[in-house]
Amino acid sequence: MKIAIASGKGGTGKTTLSVNLAALLSENHKVVLTDLDVEEPNSGLFLHGNLVQKEIMYKHIPEWEESTCTLCGECQKNCNFHAIIQLGQQIMVFPELCHSCYACSELCPTFSLPMIRQRMGELKYRKVKEIDFVESHLDIGQEQAVPLIAQTLGYVEEHFGHDEIRIYDAPPGTSCPVIEASKGADYIILVTEPTPFGFHDLKLAVETMLEMQKKFGVVINRHGIGDDKEIRDYCKNNKIPIIATIPNKREIARLYSGGELIYDKLEDVRAAFEKIRDHVLRIGKGGRS
Amino acid sequence: MKILFTTKGMDWNAMMDPRFGRADFLLIYDEEKDVFKYLDNRDIEKEAHGAGPKTAQKIFDLGADVIITGNGPGGNASAVLEKAGVEIFVGAGNMNVKEAYQAYENKTLEKF
Repeated sequence: MKIAIASGKGGTGKTTLSVNLAALLSENHKVVLTDLDVEEPNSGLFLHGNLVQKEIMYKHIPEWEESTCTLCGECQKNCNFHAIIQLGQQIMVFPELCHSCYACSELCPTFSLPMIRQRMGELKYRKVKEIDFVESHLDIGQEQAVPLIAQTLGYVEEHFGHDEIRIYDAPPGTSCPVIEASKGADYIILVTEPTPFGFHDLKLAVETMLEMQKKFGVVINRHGIGDDKEIRDYCKNNKIPIIATIPNKREIARLYSGGELIYDKLEDVRAAFEKIRDHVLRIGKGGRS
Repeated sequence: MKILFTTKGMDWNAMMDPRFGRADFLLIYDEEKDVFKYLDNRDIEKEAHGAGPKTAQKIFDLGADVIITGNGPGGNASAVLEKAGVEIFVGAGNMNVKEAYQAYENKTLEKF
């Protein structure tokens, strides 16, 4: 069972939901929590445990071998990202535009674009009580989050069994990084908040999930901060389940800002998280959302 | 000298396009021959990434010596143009092509 926590709008509570749901589930299940918001992973702020493994993560970028190149121009024709430009007698590579797809390298008739590895970030695997926690962090200056997200998912695939519940804390937005983080998930939880921005971006996130043909449900966080009628009507009209609501409370903000979990400290919050847990487990058993 | 303008249209009276990589048209004026050519660059809209270097490469293929534009190219395109040895003048984003050419002649445009 793989669950991605996504949102559209940033700051609606993806991480809050991810870490607290993981902790609650870990009371009775094996859980792997993976922070895929590699540009600013922050699940780790709430989870303190022992480092089990640290890995440097690399991507591969072509490097031009001038001596064997015949300047046929195939490489720049094959690159969908304009990361390779032929300029007269020269080939220029733009590493920040490169998506490491290997097309230029493998289709070069004279093998003049060997792929050279380049550091892009770091992965850490921590054991936090019963939770296996994996997070990756993109290096400053790296522009492509997708390769690191893909490799982090690959690491989880390799190191953990399928009996564990996997939770992916996805990046915000609706662009490539979110797609990469959620495309392999069985179910997506979209976290929103009852504000105009929250609602607007929820709709974008829903469109994205429909496009990907994913099963998904909605959690309304900061419930009470604004009118949630629009969100409820929208979900009803589009047959999207609202799994639970998490109240807007000063006490939650206080705990959060101290790096603490909230599911085990406030009764109504625990009730909300239990609803989410039960929903997720029901789906895992093949039940209806 | 071959002078290239990033523009919204196809003639002297067209407005300049302040954008570099995603400029609608590339207009090239050959001062010696006194001829005008243009290249429709609007297909760049389809490209999610790398519009700057792609446009810079087109400009290289057109053989421009000088570029007159608005905001100026970004980092990747600049790297291409620097290699190509093209001179760039910016700040002509709100002019039409004729005015931009005059401003260049009068040396009132900022060198990039």
